[in-house]
Amino acid sequence: MLKKMNKNTKSNLITYGMVVVAFVIMQTLIATGSISSLLEGIMVPICIYVIMAVSLNLVVGILGELSLGHAGFMCVGAFSSAFFSKCMKDVIENGILRFLLAMLIGIVVAAVFGILIGIPVLRLKGDYLAIVTLAFGEIIKNLVNVLFIGKDSNGFHFSTKDVMGLNMEPDGTVIVNGPQGITGTPQDATFFIGFIMILITLFIVLNMINSRDGRAIMAIRDNRIAAESVGINITKYKLMAFTVSAALAGGAGVLYAHNLSTLTANTNNFGYNQSIMILVFVVLGGIGNIRGSIIAAVILTLLPELLRGLQDYRMLIYAIVLIAMMLFNWAPKAIEWREKHLSFFRKKKEAVK
Amino acid sequence: MDMSFISYLINGLSLGSVYAIIALGYTMVYGIAKMLNFAHGDVIMIGAYMALLAMTQAGLSPVIAVLIAIVVCTVLGVVIERIAYKPLRNAASSLSVLITAIGVSYLLQNIALLAFGSNAKTFPSVIKWSGITLAGGQLNISGVTIVTIGVCIVIMIVLVAFVQKSKPGQAMRAVSEDKGAAQLMGINVNGTIALTFAIGSALAAIAGVLYCSAYPSVTPYTGAMPGIKAFVAAVFGGIGSIPGAFIGGLLLGIIEIFGRAYITSQLADALVFAVLIIVLLVKPTGLLGKKIQEKV
Repeated sequence: MLKKMNKNTKSNLITYGMVVVAFVIMQTLIATGSISSLLEGIMVPICIYVIMAVSLNLVVGILGELSLGHAGFMCVGAFSSAFFSKCMKDVIENGILRFLLAMLIGIVVAAVFGILIGIPVLRLKGDYLAIVTLAFGEIIKNLVNVLFIGKDSNGFHFSTKDVMGLNMEPDGTVIVNGPQGITGTPQDATFFIGFIMILITLFIVLNMINSRDGRAIMAIRDNRIAAESVGINITKYKLMAFTVSAALAGGAGVLYAHNLSTLTANTNNFGYNQSIMILVFVVLGGIGNIRGSIIAAVILTLLPELLRGLQDYRMLIYAIVLIAMMLFNWAPKAIEWREKHLSFFRKKKEAVK
Repeated sequence: MDMSFISYLINGLSLGSVYAIIALGYTMVYGIAKMLNFAHGDVIMIGAYMALLAMTQAGLSPVIAVLIAIVVCTVLGVVIERIAYKPLRNAASSLSVLITAIGVSYLLQNIALLAFGSNAKTFPSVIKWSGITLAGGQLNISGVTIVTIGVCIVIMIVLVAFVQKSKPGQAMRAVSEDKGAAQLMGINVNGTIALTFAIGSALAAIAGVLYCSAYPSVTPYTGAMPGIKAFVAAVFGGIGSIPGAFIGGLLLGIIEIFGRAYITSQLADALVFAVLIIVLLVKPTGLLGKKIQEKV
């Protein structure tokens, strides 16, 4: 039966299988109590990073544009959903229903931001896109830090100054507290939900890549002018990939928000650093290779936790990995050298052709 | 006229001058190597640390400290170009060199983090002059502000003269116009690109010292924000254009200081980035940039 299957379908099944097997193994280990609580605690973050890496790979690998503001979309998803969950904490008792609604809200809001940013930005090319998405991420982070929202019997109050600026009745509660963010979000995200989210993400991204739309997107990546001349609507497809990616990042943000009891926006979680770290996952896993992104995200999230001693050097190593991978993969001289000396790769490539 | 307005305007010009000096580095490198040197901002930080070390650890005079910073940054710029960017010059994907540049930026930040720690270090004043007081004591302009604006104007004039008149400057323009043709005319393309990186990095060192004199502390992340903002300035003025970088830098500095003073200080960064998005929407080539027709 496997023989009859299309090459892509087989490869996709391997990817799904890998995720399911990894989940089952981890779940068994957790159930039997054979891993530390520390390791158990990073299961949800791993899911978040896997989703982020896959979603960024859609932009970097499939669309061929560099987005440095992916953490910004994550931030949008996190805050909008945490806001919803906190407001609805007493209204909707059912945790799963509330989380699903929060997820929907986070994804939709992130997608809307994706469209809003995408329309102007996707007309630009490579370097500009990178810098504008970077700018977007920083703007979002700044805006969230000056946002105060409170709720009392008269409804919602907004302010950009401080809690006093909300002018609330005494019974009012502060929901979004500027730099202190949102506290008391219900911790609804579990490893199982994260796992389901990964599967949904994979389903969306892998199907998209192997569809007519996906081929159009890759055609734009490979040669924009040629793609345009055969009648592919450049803006439409770029926007499609970008928005889907933003929505998925928003979903990861929802998981993030519902995994922690306190949600704040700072440089480490929603800033430039986070965007770069996810880019490292994508580059190390192989640009355009979805399965690679998953593996890289899992390993690079697990490793620093297992090797605590290397904590100080982690970012340094990431930086070196980034440079070395790029030079080795893309420098014309390195490619020449590889073809001469590593005949193993060449044979494999020829076989594929 | 309101004195505080004039004071903000002068502060804006001063900050804008720093942005302009950094933006010159961006714009020259972009013009000639067609790449966005993400690590440029971090060269500023290295320059500031070098000047700091020379002054506090070695006890050298500010002038020598600045010279040391310039030399170190120049060498650093050339080394970065040689090791990280040059091998990728003819790479199939333009994304690769951009990601490498991000890697270099990250590398410099983390080396600084390991070497100097994450705590902010106080930057001693390089300029001892206390400045001038105008309008009967109502308006005080600090020495740093005046020197920054003066240095920027001098650099601008020298650079324009260098690029327009001198032989290496002409070579630079030729390489930025057409690399292949320039090579056929006997221009050393690799040497010219290295020279551009050297000049850009030297300017970054000066900018680093000036920036840290105005905001007297250094951390490993000091360079990141001014670097990105200077890029915004370069895009604003038209990337690849030297006068454009100058004008873009000054305008951006004024916008930022006015935003900080009249709107809110927390959103000043957001305002600067909003300017970038608006500029790219309305006039993607910037104020003085020229439109390049894409050839098939």
